[in-house]
Amino acid sequence: MGRVVVDVMPKPEILDPQGKAVAGALPRLGFGQFTSVRQGKRFELEVEGDVTPEVLDAAAQAAATVLSNPVIEDVVRVADIEADAAATVTSTGTIA
Amino acid sequence: MRIGIVTFPGTLDDRDAARAVRLAGGDAVPLWHADADLHAVDAVVLPGGFSYGDYLRAGAIARFAPVMEPIIDAATGGLPVLGICNGFQILTEAHLLPGSMIKNEVRTFVCREQELTVENADTAWTRSFQAGQRITIPLKNQDGQFVADEHTLDMLEGEGRVVFRYEGTDPNGSRRRIAGISNAAGNVVGLMPHPEHAVEPGFGPDSAQGPRRGTDGLGLFTSVLSAMVA
Repeated sequence: MGRVVVDVMPKPEILDPQGKAVAGALPRLGFGQFTSVRQGKRFELEVEGDVTPEVLDAAAQAAATVLSNPVIEDVVRVADIEADAAATVTSTGTIA
Repeated sequence: MRIGIVTFPGTLDDRDAARAVRLAGGDAVPLWHADADLHAVDAVVLPGGFSYGDYLRAGAIARFAPVMEPIIDAATGGLPVLGICNGFQILTEAHLLPGSMIKNEVRTFVCREQELTVENADTAWTRSFQAGQRITIPLKNQDGQFVADEHTLDMLEGEGRVVFRYEGTDPNGSRRRIAGISNAAGNVVGLMPHPEHAVEPGFGPDSAQGPRRGTDGLGLFTSVLSAMVA
């Protein structure tokens, strides 16, 4: 079973009322170092078998047509979550 | 004159919309989200509510319901379609109207009697009014802040497609105080406030005639009926 992760964020020029509300709450809890918060969405799409380039293409199309609204949001990532995790391990190994 | 009222899972105002159609003198025809048949209606109302719980984005899932396919086809061909509140959000998600709605700038649910200016009295849904006329109808929403890029806003203004504008304080932070817009042909109109809640004396907003006597919303429904007779 493979899994594709899709991250969607509000466009930079669009005010993000949810992020603003969270940003307002953080200093009250002692997190004064965070000057702004933007809140997005993460989708995890599961497929039978591996995440092939075709699967990634289909996920990118779904991201553009259904998972996001291009008037107010940007798709910032469409990726194979397992491959990403493996890459992270490898890079950590290289650094070590 | 048969006016279809669509019910999605989570629609709230379909019965009020049907009542408004009947009070205006039309026949209200219930349309079901899963039935891709318009049952020979002469116009369609997408009522307010929280279709599919507003999951994903307001209107984003309803936009792909089976009934929307013939509605989008027919709207492109000139069928009068009115989207109220969540219905307006569905029309933007379906690309029948430009722009989108995000959470209110005030970050709270807003519920009040709202004064509007009718800026365009030539659409299928506003010809019972006069351009510049002030009307008061209820407004109630969480995701009511109309946004679009500057180019789109200029185009809407330039083509006279801003149909309703908020009077007084902008209740939800909408760009240029836009409360409702139309497509280029004027048969598709969307607005955030609720005309269907201001159609019967005793159950509407306060007005010069007395408390709860306001019936300014009825004009949208009589407009489409007269448009079809004409």
